[in-house]
Amino acid sequence: MGTKRVKNSRRDFLKKTAIVGGGAIAASILNPFDAVLIASEDPGDKSKVWWAYVIDIDKCIGCGRCANACKNENDVPKEPFFFRTWVEQYTINNNHEVHVESPNGGIDGFDQSLDKSDVFKSFFVPKMCNHCHKSPCVQVCPVGATYDTPDGVVLVDDDYCIGCRYCVQACPYGCRYIHPEKKVADKCTLCYHRISKGKTTACIEVCPTGARMIGDLNDDKGPLVKFLKKHNCLVLKPHLNTGSKLFYNSLNAEVR
Amino acid sequence: MPPQLKRLLPAFIIFILLFLILKHFLTPETFGEKGHYRYSSIAEVQQTQMKYAGKDKCNECHDDIVENLDMDVHAGLSCETCHGPGLMHAENDGEYEIIIPSEREMCALCHSMNVSRSTREIVQVNILEHNSGKKCIDCHNPHMPWELKE
Repeated sequence: MGTKRVKNSRRDFLKKTAIVGGGAIAASILNPFDAVLIASEDPGDKSKVWWAYVIDIDKCIGCGRCANACKNENDVPKEPFFFRTWVEQYTINNNHEVHVESPNGGIDGFDQSLDKSDVFKSFFVPKMCNHCHKSPCVQVCPVGATYDTPDGVVLVDDDYCIGCRYCVQACPYGCRYIHPEKKVADKCTLCYHRISKGKTTACIEVCPTGARMIGDLNDDKGPLVKFLKKHNCLVLKPHLNTGSKLFYNSLNAEVR
Repeated sequence: MPPQLKRLLPAFIIFILLFLILKHFLTPETFGEKGHYRYSSIAEVQQTQMKYAGKDKCNECHDDIVENLDMDVHAGLSCETCHGPGLMHAENDGEYEIIIPSEREMCALCHSMNVSRSTREIVQVNILEHNSGKKCIDCHNPHMPWELKE
């Protein structure tokens, strides 16, 4: 009677544990699993282009031409709520209350409802996709329809997207929407069809004050890196560790 | 090996083989070539039709106007900032007309009084008071805004 006991000596147990543990460590050294970096290409190769973007808030006059041009260039639906880029007007009154307005993304212009004497500070902030290196949107895509190109642009594969909206939820900057006709996720492509032919983006082309700039983050002598060296630039929501490549000059702490 | 496992083994092998065959046919070409995405979709995005020609393109035909524009304060402006996308117009020689805006609202987008705008960056007027009812371009030449028309 009685169950047949399996003979497990302490020595056997330690041996097996050592094999499993040691194997796991050895495997992770050979092929390190980095959940965050696996979402994108490693930008290690400095000889290749790695696109980044700069917006100079001091220069922006809130004309909304960028948002308008973007809609024209990329066939973004004309009605409000669908934007690849838009402009926000921040107004901080003397009680330090922050008001953010963006009527039709700024395309039809802005009115300032507050009197000059009531305004503590006010400025425009153009918003667009941050083309993050460690994009939350790329990481949540269940089918691999959104991805980071080898030159650092986050794109959407129209044919492969299933329209599940995970990425719309995941983007901390609110830069994605579901295209009402195509029923797939849509976002700023950094005018990839233009920049890969040597042209600049539509928003930069029409900006009257030169508040927007695109450039190669790997080119140490390029205009973009020079700008970053000379100015105090910040990214939005740095605590989220998204690896944003959209840099703002004169970014106020109130901007979210 | 216990006999029940022996019987299950062929079922597992069939399932795994079926999975591999389905995966082979359902995975699109170029998927996984550079990462967890369809590599050929990059080229598809690149084929999007452009709409904005760029100032250099405008300069090929309208060099006289571009020269005027570039003389002073409006130098930073691209033609297409006001005239809208112009590649179709440029490539089809006049067949597609570009926008020629004349309304006050167009100028007001940049020049209306707003505390959010830096006064260093841009000249601003009170659009409600400044010659209301008249068109801006009745007096100002947008290509040479420092000159007042007669």
